[in-house]
Amino acid sequence: MKDREPLFSSKNMKLLTNPLNEDNPITVQVLGICSALAITAKLEPAIVMSFSVLAVLSVSNVVISMLRNLIPPRIRIIVQLTVIAAMVILVDQFLKAYAYDVSKQLSVFVGLIITNCIIMGRLEAFAMTNKPWPAFLDGVGNAAGYGVILVLVAFFRELFGSGELFGFPIFEKIGLYNIGYENNGMMILPPMALMVVGIIIWVQRSRKRELIED
Amino acid sequence: MKSFSNIYIFVFSTVMVILVAAILSSAAMLLQPLQQKNFEIEQKRNILASITIESTATDAESLYNKYITESFVVDSKGKIKEGVDAFDVNMTDEVRKPDEEKSLPVFVGLLDDEKKEYVIPVRGAGLWGPIYGYVALNDDFNTIFGTNFGHDGETPGLGSEITTSWFQDRFKGRKIFSDDGVFTSIDIVKGKSDPSSLNQVDGITGSTLTTNGLDNMLKDCLKPYEAYFKNQMN
Repeated sequence: MKDREPLFSSKNMKLLTNPLNEDNPITVQVLGICSALAITAKLEPAIVMSFSVLAVLSVSNVVISMLRNLIPPRIRIIVQLTVIAAMVILVDQFLKAYAYDVSKQLSVFVGLIITNCIIMGRLEAFAMTNKPWPAFLDGVGNAAGYGVILVLVAFFRELFGSGELFGFPIFEKIGLYNIGYENNGMMILPPMALMVVGIIIWVQRSRKRELIED
Repeated sequence: MKSFSNIYIFVFSTVMVILVAAILSSAAMLLQPLQQKNFEIEQKRNILASITIESTATDAESLYNKYITESFVVDSKGKIKEGVDAFDVNMTDEVRKPDEEKSLPVFVGLLDDEKKEYVIPVRGAGLWGPIYGYVALNDDFNTIFGTNFGHDGETPGLGSEITTSWFQDRFKGRKIFSDDGVFTSIDIVKGKSDPSSLNQVDGITGSTLTTNGLDNMLKDCLKPYEAYFKNQMN
């Protein structure tokens, strides 16, 4: 009998860390962009969105992975969607009960996690063929990779768009407005999220040249 | 690839759907009291906002009890309806009824300067979904003291601007009756409104359909109160 693989073997750790950098769902695979544009005008919703995706993705990955030998391949996409949709509704209900303000800000975008391509992609590509524990790590890793970019984008957009971080008027406190600085209203608009993501992709690829496609 | 019989597929999907339904409905039932509470707090905050009182989720309850001194329901003849709690009136249902059957809630706010404000809930259709809010009238039942509008899914940057203070400030001091005492509501005008008219405000460029909805909402929801307002004025 084969030795059991340690829980945090280097192979498993790679599942967790790869999506943070060279296999990032947003900057490398360019998935889930739509939500990255929509909810990154402020940090707080971006963070809540990241945790919602984390909950949905890790749990759905584990569920699908546990069922992987029972799911008839012919209806596997439907099964995956049902699991995702159920998780998303649960998350939405919890937000409405415990974080009403944020859930209002996120409005339809929580529901739209169902259509986030990252989640279906991971279920289909990973959870269907792997054991629950690696599937869980893969889910956490990919959601974290998504979340890191979301938070990074939201940080720049809130800082330069509203001069605040988490609603705290940081530029006002350091007296930047007194010397003639003005907030850049463009940063609040969705197109600037695309620009910021573009800049992040540029920085990442210039540091890691093997990511550059021809 | 393993193959599964058709029967297996049917059984599998049936069991899965029933399980998921059970989980979701029990979660919805368990969380409903909390969600209901949040919704009420939100309503109270909106009512307070229409009489220009800022509140947070934590102090909304106490501020509401402090400033909203009474609330009651009237009918379209202006008589007070007994046995109905203004706060429990479901506006979604009310707007569908004919005027004569409507329960019309009124919330009375007493501000620090001892002035009474009458808060009227309004609800209507925007471009993409419902729009709703509260209109606060001075005790002449004519001049608008403040408004608070909300929406579920109007276009960000265009229709959704109805929630902003720069738009809502335009309503302050406007009148819902014309000079000769005819109910006119507030006209939201495309282009330039007549600066001498107190019954008009400027719309928002690029959100004609949302502001049309808002215009209709104000007319439809304030009109049934006309009898009550006139009774009170005399």
